[in-house]
Amino acid sequence: MDKVITLITGTRKGIGKYLAEHYVRKGHQVIGCSRKEPEWTLDGYEHFQVDVADEIAVKAMFLTIKKKYGKIDNLINNAGIASMNHFLLTPLSTVKNILDTNVVGTFLFSREAAKLMQRNKYGRIVNFATVATPLKLEGEAMYAASKAAIISFTEVIARELSPYGITVNTIGPTPIETDLIRSVPKDKLNELINRQSISRFGTVEDVANTIDFFIKKESSFITGQTLFLGGV
Amino acid sequence: MRDRILNIVLNTLNDFNETYEKDIPLELGEEIPLYGKKGILDSLGLVSLIVMIEQAIEDELDISLILADEKAMSQKTSPFLTVSSLVNYISLLIKEENKLWIK
Repeated sequence: MDKVITLITGTRKGIGKYLAEHYVRKGHQVIGCSRKEPEWTLDGYEHFQVDVADEIAVKAMFLTIKKKYGKIDNLINNAGIASMNHFLLTPLSTVKNILDTNVVGTFLFSREAAKLMQRNKYGRIVNFATVATPLKLEGEAMYAASKAAIISFTEVIARELSPYGITVNTIGPTPIETDLIRSVPKDKLNELINRQSISRFGTVEDVANTIDFFIKKESSFITGQTLFLGGV
Repeated sequence: MRDRILNIVLNTLNDFNETYEKDIPLELGEEIPLYGKKGILDSLGLVSLIVMIEQAIEDELDISLILADEKAMSQKTSPFLTVSSLVNYISLLIKEENKLWIK
């Protein structure tokens, strides 16, 4: 099968949905997943209803992908959750949810995808960080910490996967007008945006442009990097 | 079942030789020394081989195993010393249902 196979997590809405449409437009076979069924369908897109932190469900999904498509070229670990709260008021259940989706999910999908990718000695993995980490955004302690873990994880597995022709990089978006930042107060967002070199909201197109670069065949010499948008 | 697993492991070693341009002596069969003092694989070679065997077991038997977990590391003798010890360990995992069944 010659079609490029691109797997994107968290495609029900927001950035993930846009990326699914973007890569279908580029002629990829896109496979997506989310906990709830999306309210949209698309030719060239297949959806799996799966919790990214559920190991058995994730392994079953990859077995189906392996049988049907035989390979994965690109993995985009987009699924992520945030929770704005002072850390003194943050319940442990929120912490566990954030770590499960953001860290465990990225780990599981990277591990299973890399096992498939190593067969072809080719693969591109793109993870999601956030400017909340370098900007030390108050109220997002565990979100920022979970994404700091993603940066470290990316840097280490980039080295471990380099013998297999697999690159692993991270994009660090600025605030983008999606559900993820719905609960963040306006003045907090403006304050954050004013700390960027380029003071505006990011767009889904900015994110897609960066991922396009990371997953290009020609980007074979770029790995273990984190690219923050907005000049953070 | 043990014979099927042995076949899968030997076939995977053959693929491994081709993929990584290695020269593991397949004629030694169960006695092939994989990892350890007399082993012929380095640590990265062992990782690559384990991943290939996990994938092959999944393809052939529809069983999803994690071969290198704490259980493997805590065995008195490493399951990765020879083909024979590895096949015994895989058979044990499948027998103990220490696995994720996937239809």
